Amino acid sequence: MIHSVQRPWRFVPGSVIALLVIALALQLGLAVNAPRPLARASDLDPPPSGPVLRMIEAFDPLPAAHLVTLYLQAFDNQPGISIPFRELNYDRVRAWLLTALKLDPAGQYPLLMASQLYAQVPDPARQRFMLEFVFDQFGADPERRWRWMAHAAIMAKHRLRDLPMAFRFARAIAQKSTHAPAWARQMHIFLLEDQGEFEAARILLGGLLASGTVTDRHERVLLLERLERLKNAENSSEPTKR
Amino acid sequence: MRRQVFTIARFTLLEAVRTRLPLLAVTVFGLLWACSFFIHQIAITESTRLQSSFFASGARLAAVFMLALYITSSVVREFNEKGLELLLALDLPRSSYLLGKLAGFIVVAAALALVAVLPLVPAVPLDVAAIWAISLTLELAVICAASLFCIVTFSHILPAVLLVASFYLLARTVTAMRLMAESSVLGELSGARPALNFGVEALSYVIPALDQFSATQWIAARAVAPEVLAPLVLQSAIYVALLLAATLVDFYRREL
Repeated sequence: MIHSVQRPWRFVPGSVIALLVIALALQLGLAVNAPRPLARASDLDPPPSGPVLRMIEAFDPLPAAHLVTLYLQAFDNQPGISIPFRELNYDRVRAWLLTALKLDPAGQYPLLMASQLYAQVPDPARQRFMLEFVFDQFGADPERRWRWMAHAAIMAKHRLRDLPMAFRFARAIAQKSTHAPAWARQMHIFLLEDQGEFEAARILLGGLLASGTVTDRHERVLLLERLERLKNAENSSEPTKR
Repeated sequence: MRRQVFTIARFTLLEAVRTRLPLLAVTVFGLLWACSFFIHQIAITESTRLQSSFFASGARLAAVFMLALYITSSVVREFNEKGLELLLALDLPRSSYLLGKLAGFIVVAAALALVAVLPLVPAVPLDVAAIWAISLTLELAVICAASLFCIVTFSHILPAVLLVASFYLLARTVTAMRLMAESSVLGELSGARPALNFGVEALSYVIPALDQFSATQWIAARAVAPEVLAPLVLQSAIYVALLLAATLVDFYRREL
């Protein structure tokens, strides 16, 4: 075994010191003169599919789902470059989100990303694309996914100003998510009102109150007041479409 | 001196053969090739591209770590068995010993690169395979010098291998680190940004960018310009010389 005792520097031949200095100078010269690296954005590849996906599913789907989700989430930040979401290929993004949902159907992360990240781009077409994706996936697990559907309905109303779309989303919550909170299940009624469909809103609200599902006293008072307002609005407006 | 260097290099090579490194290399690359066939079978498209890319990246990594482990363990054994003291008791300069060892290890590295490229030959054009193998040899030459430096400095396998692995990881990621340091994504980092930029830039001056070597993209694209080799040859020659000089300084100052 070599001992750690060191001999004085005079034991090192001058040629070795010279080699060290010259090699260091050359290395620094090479590094200084080397072209600077250029950041290049790479395209989002398709997610794992076919037999590879089946193999991952059989092995351990949950960590794979998390990795897929985190990979997609971090994809917009590549070394030295940050890609705006609107420049991503949304068909590919959808495929990655679908893969993550397939691997972990109980996970909420992919739909959160769809509704809160990818649907926030300043591009109505892409916003619609992601909201429709949330709507498509909502039906598979409405009791857990209603919150993303509710967010999509609010986005459709306030960002896209598309009340029929918002109503479609809100109605889906009312029809499928029996355990969603009352505000989410009643949203479609107020959207009908916003669309000027006072009669239809009144009928739905009346039906809801008559069904006995609203038990909270304060909520009932609020809804009854709303019902009155709808009746007044209906009387003072044109006949609504049925 | 040249004859002594040659003799030590020859015995280093002989030792590699007799310690069954070729068998280990063939087994490891064979296993990787078998795994790549598995990838080929389960891929639904671009099967050959996927298979050769998987093998190329796996073989590159395996060659680096096999070589680092082999060099560190071989030199440590020589230290422990007092073979070094016996050699240096002869009329042999320390520089000849180290030069001979390094030359022998670089020949072993070239042989490893040659074995690694063989399974790729049917999948990619011959010139691409040749450039990839030469580039891998150059990369492994840097690893040889780094391993020799680490084991001469630390004398123990674990710290030496850990340092080589860290060096390799750093060298493979230094370009990405530079790009990330330059981007605005990180923000101002509470005023630490200039220090970070300076640190990463300084690091890139003394660490070779090994991500430029033996790129898997060459294999996947089945094309590479031969001109890529010139800067790689220059970089590896300079860096091997630098590491050799650093090792020699440390070795000459050692009291045996």
